Amino acid sequence: MTEHILRMSGITKTFPGVTALQDVNLAVRRGEIHAICGENGAGKSTLMKVLSGVYPHGQYDGEITFEGRRCEFGGIRDSEHAGIVIIHQELALCPQLSIAENIYLGNERATRGVIDWNRTNYEAGELLRRVGLRENPTTTVSDIGVGKQQLVEIAKALSKEVKLLILDEPTAALNDEDSAHLLDLLRGLRDEGITCVIISHKLNEVTAIADSVTILRDGRTIETLDMAVDRVTEDRIISGMVGRALDNRFPPRTPAIGEEAFRIEDWTVYSPSQPGRKVVDGASLMLRRGEIVGLAGLMGAGRTELAMSVFGRTYGVHISGRIFKGGERIELRTVQDAIKHGVAYATEDRKRYGLNLIEDIKRNISAAWLKGLSRRGWVNEYEEYRVAQQFRGSMNIKAPSVDSVVGKLSGGNQQKVVLSKWILTEPDVLILDEPTRGIDVGAKYEIYMIINRLAEQGKAVLVISSELPELLGLCDRIYTLSEGRVTGEVPREEATQERLMYLMTKGQE
Amino acid sequence: MSSITPADVEVGAKGGGGAPGRPGRVSLGGLSVNLRSSGIYIAFALIIVLFSVLTDGALLQPQNISNIIVQNSYILILAIGMILVIIAGHIDLSVGSVVAVTGALAAVLMVNMGVPWPAAVLITIVAGALIGAWQGYWIAYFGIPAFIVTLAGMLLFRALTLTVLGNQGIGPFPDQVRTLANGFTDGWLGNVGLGPLGGADLFSLLVGIVAIAGMVLAQWRTRSARKGYGQAVDPLALFALKMAAGAAVILFLVVQLARFKNLPWVLVLLAVLVLAYSLMANRTVFGRQIYAIGGNLHAAVMSGVKVKSVVFWIFVNMGVLSAIAGVIFAGRLNQAGPTAGNSFELDAIAAAFIGGAAVQGGVGKVVGAITGGLIMAVINNGMSLIGSPSERVMLVKGAVLLAAVAFDVWTKRRAGTAR
Repeated sequence: MTEHILRMSGITKTFPGVTALQDVNLAVRRGEIHAICGENGAGKSTLMKVLSGVYPHGQYDGEITFEGRRCEFGGIRDSEHAGIVIIHQELALCPQLSIAENIYLGNERATRGVIDWNRTNYEAGELLRRVGLRENPTTTVSDIGVGKQQLVEIAKALSKEVKLLILDEPTAALNDEDSAHLLDLLRGLRDEGITCVIISHKLNEVTAIADSVTILRDGRTIETLDMAVDRVTEDRIISGMVGRALDNRFPPRTPAIGEEAFRIEDWTVYSPSQPGRKVVDGASLMLRRGEIVGLAGLMGAGRTELAMSVFGRTYGVHISGRIFKGGERIELRTVQDAIKHGVAYATEDRKRYGLNLIEDIKRNISAAWLKGLSRRGWVNEYEEYRVAQQFRGSMNIKAPSVDSVVGKLSGGNQQKVVLSKWILTEPDVLILDEPTRGIDVGAKYEIYMIINRLAEQGKAVLVISSELPELLGLCDRIYTLSEGRVTGEVPREEATQERLMYLMTKGQE
Repeated sequence: MSSITPADVEVGAKGGGGAPGRPGRVSLGGLSVNLRSSGIYIAFALIIVLFSVLTDGALLQPQNISNIIVQNSYILILAIGMILVIIAGHIDLSVGSVVAVTGALAAVLMVNMGVPWPAAVLITIVAGALIGAWQGYWIAYFGIPAFIVTLAGMLLFRALTLTVLGNQGIGPFPDQVRTLANGFTDGWLGNVGLGPLGGADLFSLLVGIVAIAGMVLAQWRTRSARKGYGQAVDPLALFALKMAAGAAVILFLVVQLARFKNLPWVLVLLAVLVLAYSLMANRTVFGRQIYAIGGNLHAAVMSGVKVKSVVFWIFVNMGVLSAIAGVIFAGRLNQAGPTAGNSFELDAIAAAFIGGAAVQGGVGKVVGAITGGLIMAVINNGMSLIGSPSERVMLVKGAVLLAAVAFDVWTKRRAGTAR
């Protein structure tokens, strides 16, 4: 049992300005289930992309040894040829094709270019039996649920004679029953001799299924634990994931907290794509004037979904619950309603939801507040320019002029444009979703100062972040969200990374 | 709106003199020109020079200029609506059939039913708006792609035209409608001598001078206001040069027209429409929202733009402009025919893309679409003057369209613009 099927040693991967992986080591024994744990952004997915050849040999430093041979994968085909298959969190199936067609996509059962449908469907049926999926191979993929689609992905991997199966957050989108089935299946595959690497945020699953666990933090390997030998508990994993010192990366601030500004009660949202699945489940939050409140949760916990469903119902279906502003019940049916009631939401995905990248700075800043800059439908362009100039100064947006195209600015400056756009709407409540994602340290500090300034002006700020140190350094109070439920509310004095991580990974009782 | 810098240079400045030597800009005697936004006008000037030479100056003769305007007015009117549709990221394939059905309706009203012409024109325009509302409903509120809805519209409204007309033309139209489509302003103030150029209509010349004065005054006021707000403006010399160039073009056009038969009414109409729609696109909330939708639909939704309503009204507007074009086209032929407006949609779409619209939406100008339409008009006219067969004209127009969009894609890729 001590033979290693995979050894990755000294893996370093840098992107312009960021070191994603720093001298990472990973050793996986043959025939085990090996879990990889770490916070969002710890480098788990990057490591798997290095392994599967998404980042080909030459784009990273370090060595990969698989089945005793040194590997230099030039792409996914090479790694699949060697027997490494990765199943991503977002499933890569063609929804309009049948299960069998999906399983053999790119690997068709064909003689001289003509597909042998009998063989295709017969062999697909055999694979479906192995993964315990009772569906006809000719069924269209869009007709089966996500849990079954996950099994189709695994069947597809098996069709490639997989030796090492990598699953990235396989149960994130599954309900409990499907998750349990999937975990059983992985145990079965292990008994057949297939090695599995599983990336998961759900620590109860990790402790239930894994034979060993490697913990990554800030792009480095922290430790590898043998579950049986080291008697690993969830707490033990959490302390490995978060053990990081806080330095003074945050500007000082003396909170001046006033009365209640915004309250959400019993907020429930259903997924638009998976009918019946609750994405947010009875969540209640409250913000006070001048207060910075954090919302912590792991990927898939429903943070963004909660924020967007509140902000003019821009996400979700069958939304229920109550919203109060300053104690009065309000309805935010559209984005216009939200803007009118002084609620702003700065998105986590600047390029997709935040900015018109082909437009200039001033027109992006004015985009949500054209009504305030116009009279009888005519935009006052001079005023628009003046306002944009003002924000360029006060937010320190680094660009030669407000006529510069936003798509060419750095991430930090783009974020400042997004914030300017929402501050211009004179909101009382700001929801900032991952306000520092993908921006460098210096710009982060500036964003923190802006957030502090907003609180000083008496606005209520809700900061959503994956980075616990950021929330601890910035917020007066932190809510934790897990699987769509608010699992805790921790005041600043009592908040520690361990406590938050415990609440964030707390499953449903 | 679209400065051109490589991705490694962090940002680029627009207007305000500009820095010479930046890629994508060419230096002309100390002035730098943004190729992507002004390339179309340079191309237009070069095409005019080319055909002037090839036709021994016949292209710019008074009567020929007048012909180019009158013969293409309806395409240019359609191009104004089409550029807005394309900026919003949609397309309208039905405008040719809408031109036909609205022309037919106008003919039935005026010729068969004897409705007075102003009422008939008004009813036709309302009908155009309803047609636009019909298509806008399916596109904006029902969520069917514009390509499909307007492809269906193309068939539906052609079928409706044939039904209304019973497969034969209806005419003749009242004189007033024919004058609007085909006629000229009266020489209310008589002629003046222009030396070697001969006599010219004084009223037309005065209109031209007023137009020049208005342009200079408006631009000057904008420049002063911008300066007042601390914005960068063109240096005075460049400003003067631009105004002089604009004035020269208008003056030349007006003098040539005044020497022929005065101002065509459709030119007056077109000038009003271009001015109004340019202002609408640039200065109104509605116009801004069109660009926002085309530039990034999701971001527009998240900024509180009522996307469905904006898209709906863009198609209503397209219907109105199609109806105006329909009346003018029918009036010009003095008959509403079953084949009227065939392939007009393609000319209008080509005009918008040659005029600098982006395939993904979010980019384009009304003046650009007009210029794109005029480029095709001059190619058409110039090539027929030198006796090229129609298949060769088609070949050249196709090549120009492809080249214009290829140029746009190429400059964008070189600029490394996101997406």
